[in-house]
Amino acid sequence: MKIDRRNFLSLGAGATAGLAFSPLPWKLMDDSSIWTQNWPWAPVPTDGEASYVDTVCSLCSGGCGITIRKIGDRVVKAEKKDSDNANSGICILGLSSPQLLYSPSRIKTPLKKVEDKWVKISVKQAVAEIAEKLKGLRKDKLSHTLACISGSSAGTVPALFERFLTAYGSPNFITVPSVKDIYKLVFSLTCGASCIPAFDIANSDFVVSFGTGLLDGWGNPAAAFKAHSILKDNKKQLIQIEPRLSNTAAKADKWLPIIPGTEGVLALGMANVIIGKQLYFNKNVLFDSVTEGFEEFKALVEKDYSLEAVSNITGIKQEDITALAEDFMKAQSPVALFGRGEGSTPGSLHEMMAVNFLNALAGNFNKTGGVYLLSEPDYINWTHPVLDDAAYYNINAKRLDGAGEGKYFLAKHLLNRLPEVVNSSKTSPINFLFVTDSNPFYTMADTKLVEEAFKKIPFIVSFSSYMDETASMADIILPNHFFLERYQDIVTTCGLKPAVGLSKPVVNPIFNTIHSGDAIISIAKALGGTIAESFPWDNYETCLQETLEAKKDVMDKELFWIDESGVSNAFADSSGKFEFINDKTRQTKPYIFVDAQGEKKKYPLTLIRFDSMRIASGYTANSPFMTKTVADTVIKENDIFIEINPKTAAEYNLAERSKALLTTPKGKAQVRVHLYEGIMPGIISMPSGLGHTGYDSYLTGKGININELIGQIEDPASGFDAAWGIRAVLARV
Amino acid sequence: MSKGSKHKVKKFGMVIDLDKCTGCGACMVACMSENNVPFKENESKKLDSITWMRVYKLENGKSFPEADICFLPRPCMHCEGDRGHAPCVSVCPAIATDYDHNTGIVSQIYTRCFGCRYCMAACPYHARYFNWRDPVWPEGMEKFLNPNVSPRMRGVVEKCSFCHHRYQLALDKAYAEGRDKIEEDEYQTACAHACPANAITFGDLNNKKHSVYRLKKNPNTFRLLERLGTNPKVYYHSSREWVRRAGDNYLKHEAAKA
Repeated sequence: MKIDRRNFLSLGAGATAGLAFSPLPWKLMDDSSIWTQNWPWAPVPTDGEASYVDTVCSLCSGGCGITIRKIGDRVVKAEKKDSDNANSGICILGLSSPQLLYSPSRIKTPLKKVEDKWVKISVKQAVAEIAEKLKGLRKDKLSHTLACISGSSAGTVPALFERFLTAYGSPNFITVPSVKDIYKLVFSLTCGASCIPAFDIANSDFVVSFGTGLLDGWGNPAAAFKAHSILKDNKKQLIQIEPRLSNTAAKADKWLPIIPGTEGVLALGMANVIIGKQLYFNKNVLFDSVTEGFEEFKALVEKDYSLEAVSNITGIKQEDITALAEDFMKAQSPVALFGRGEGSTPGSLHEMMAVNFLNALAGNFNKTGGVYLLSEPDYINWTHPVLDDAAYYNINAKRLDGAGEGKYFLAKHLLNRLPEVVNSSKTSPINFLFVTDSNPFYTMADTKLVEEAFKKIPFIVSFSSYMDETASMADIILPNHFFLERYQDIVTTCGLKPAVGLSKPVVNPIFNTIHSGDAIISIAKALGGTIAESFPWDNYETCLQETLEAKKDVMDKELFWIDESGVSNAFADSSGKFEFINDKTRQTKPYIFVDAQGEKKKYPLTLIRFDSMRIASGYTANSPFMTKTVADTVIKENDIFIEINPKTAAEYNLAERSKALLTTPKGKAQVRVHLYEGIMPGIISMPSGLGHTGYDSYLTGKGININELIGQIEDPASGFDAAWGIRAVLARV
Repeated sequence: MSKGSKHKVKKFGMVIDLDKCTGCGACMVACMSENNVPFKENESKKLDSITWMRVYKLENGKSFPEADICFLPRPCMHCEGDRGHAPCVSVCPAIATDYDHNTGIVSQIYTRCFGCRYCMAACPYHARYFNWRDPVWPEGMEKFLNPNVSPRMRGVVEKCSFCHHRYQLALDKAYAEGRDKIEEDEYQTACAHACPANAITFGDLNNKKHSVYRLKKNPNTFRLLERLGTNPKVYYHSSREWVRRAGDNYLKHEAAKA
C-alpha cells in the first residue's frame, strides 16, 4: 500500500482512537503514578507500642520536667510534662532532644588521638590510659597540675569530679561561670549570708528588667515564659531597659533604650530620685534603722548620680528616669531584674548591686512579687574524701585561677582567668585537664587566647557527648551518655525557687558511651590507694541512690523535690539588716561600671551580643530543627548578619544584605548587614551561638562565633568576665 | 451532615495570643518533630524551607526608638470559606485536599497529590509547601520518625493538618475506654501543647465550654486577610492596634475591623 498523506493521517487517527479505547494508556498512567510514589528509599517509620516516660531535661540549667513519647524502643517526641509543677515545661531546645539523641555528631565510642587522628578505643583502655598518666603526674608530685572545667557546680556529678580532684590532690576544680555566680555574690555581700535569689515575676505588678532576657533564654526559659504570660493575663507591667529591641523588649509594656554599659548608672540615678523624694519603703521609719550604710549610700548617690548627670550618661530623658522611679515605688510589689540576656556572662558586680539596691529601697525581699532569698539545696552529705600526704600537701597549693585570694577574694572559680594564666607561663601550669559538661573553647570570649591556652595544655580528657570544639582538641574522649540515656540529679537555681530534679534513662545507651559519673569512679578505682577509698560506691547509680535516699519517694512520684525550707539565713550576720555599704563592699572600690574595650576614635561603633531562644549558645548546640527556625536575616547560606540602625548604616554606605568587614580590637570577620530600626544608632549586634567548627554539617561553618570578636574584661570588683560588648568598626566590601 | 446532628459537628480552631507569643520558635520545632517534617543542611533559603508552622516577624515600620516588632505564628488556617469552599480545596484537581465538615479540618492526602501546586497558588497564607526533593534523614535520625504521620515524598504538597492524627489517637483512646466524647485537653495540636508561653489555645470553636469559644469573641481578636472571605479558623489576639491592622490590607485612612 502506498503511504500518502491521506493514508498517513487516517492511520494516525485510527491508532490514536484505538489506543484511547484500549486500557493501555490508563494502565500506564496508573502504573507510573504508583511507581513515582513508591520509593523504597523513603523511610517508613517502624510501628510499635507507644509509651510515655517522664524525665528531667538537662540541656540547659533550667531543668524542666518533660515527657518522652516512645514507639517501641525509639524516642519519637519530647513534650512538656502535664503537671501543675512550676518546673514542668519545655522549650525549643528540649523539644529538639530526639534529634540530639540520634544526632550524627554524637561520639559513638571512646576515642584517642594518635598523630592527630582519632582511634577508637574501649572504655577500659581509656580509663587505664588516663589512670596511668595521672599516676605518673602524682609520682612527680605534680598532682595540683590536674584541673577540671565543669559546666556546673551543683549536683552529684560535679561533686564527684571535685571529690576526685581533692582526693588526687588538686585545688583546681573550676566551673563555667554564669550570672548565677554574680547573684550569689550580690546577696552574700549585702544580706550577710550565702543565699540565692528567686525572682517572683509572676506575682509582681511592676517588673523592671535591666537587660535581662526574660524571654530570650534567661533562667529557666519555660518558667520565665509562663511567668510573663501570667503578668500579661493580670495586666501587670514589664519595663525593659536595653539598647536593642529584643524579644523581651518587644513584649514589654515599655522599652527604654539605654547606652549599653550604663545600666548601673541608671539604677543609681533612680535610687537618687527615690531617696530624694523619700519614696522608699518604710519612709516613716528612719531607713537607717532597718538597713546598714544607708546614709553613706544616700550621700553617694546624691553626690554623683544627679538626674542630669545620669541622663547624660545613659541617654535616657530625665523625666523618663523620674517617672520610672516613681512608678516602681508606687507599685504594690515591684521587682528589679538584673543580669544581661540569657545570663551566660556574669557581668559587672557593681552594676548588679546597683540594680539590687532598687529591690532594697522597695523593701521587696522575701515578699510576694519580690525577691525571695533562699538557701541552695544542700543534700549531698558524703563523708570527706580520704587524703594521703601527697594529696593533703597539694590540695593547699594556690588555685591557678587565683580565686578566693587577694583581689579575687570574692570569687570561688574564675575560668576567665585561666587562658591568661596558662599563656603567661613558659610551660603550662596545667598538665592534665578534664572537661566535663562544658565546651569552654567555644563559649569563652577571646577565642584566640583560649585556643593558645588549650594548645599548650599537654593532655586533655573530654567527657563530651558531641564532637564539639573542646572535644576535638582533646587527647582522649570518654563520651558521656545523652541525658535521655542516664540517671542524674539536676539542680535548678537560676532565678527560680531552687529545685532538684531527677533525670531518668528513657532508652538504653545507643552507643558505646559511659556515664561521666561512672567514668570518674572507674578512674579513681584504677588509681587505687586513698583515691579509690574516697569512692566507696560500686557505680554512679548506687552513689545517686544513696545520696537521694531521703527524698526517694518524692522524686519517684514528682520527679522534683523543691526545696521548701523557705527563707534562708539571709540577714543572719551581725547587723541583721540589708547592707547598702559595708566593709566588704568598700574594699571593692564602689561603682566602677565596666566599659567596652577599644579606642572610640579607631572603633566608633559598639558591638553587642544578643541571645535568642532559637540559637543555643551554651554547652548544647543547635539541633537541625532549631537552625531551621533561624530567620534569613540572621543566617543566609553561611553568612551571618549583624543588625544595624539604618541611620548608622547610611553613614557607612551600607544597604540591606550588603557585605561588610567587621573589625574589633580582637579580630575581623566578614558579615552581612541587616537594617533594623530596633537598635540604637551607633550600636551593632550579633547573635551568640553560631560559627561552630565542631558538630555536623547542619551546623558547622554557619556564621561566626561572636567570642572570636569579643575580649574579656575582668571585673575589677569580682574578677569575673564582665564584658558586654566591644568597640568595632565596619567597612563596606 | 444532617441537620439533626448539628450539635455533634465540631469546628476545631485556634486563638493565638500575640501579646504572649515570644517568637521562641518552640511551636515550629514541636510541629516538625511531631509531623516528620524534613530538614536540609541549608535551610536559609526560606522559599523551599518546609515549615507547616512558621513564625513571622512583623515590624511597625517606625524608626528608632518608636520601632516595634511582633511575632505571628502561622499554621494552616483551615479555611472554611463559604460552607467548606476553602481556596485550596476548590482548586485541587485530584481531590488530594478536602474539607472535613465534621471537624473543620482541611486534609492533605499525599498519595493523591501529583504536585501541580495549584493549591499553593490559591492559598493566600503561604501555608502550603512543595517537596522539591526527597527528604533525607542522616543515618540514625530516621529513628525519631513518628509512625502516626507518613513521611512525604518528592513531588507532593504538604501542610499543617491540625495534628489530625492526634485527634484520631484521642478518639481511639476514648473508644477503648468506652467513651464517645473527648475532653478539650485530650486533643491538642503539637504546637499548642508545646507553647511555653501558653499563647496558643486550641479547641472546638462550636463548643461553648472550650476556651477558644470565649477567646475568639474578644474585641481585640482578628483573623488574617479576613476580607478575602476565606473564613479562617485561626484567630489572633493583640492589644496593639498596628498588629491588628497588619492582619489585613487596609487603605491608609481606613479603620481596621472593630
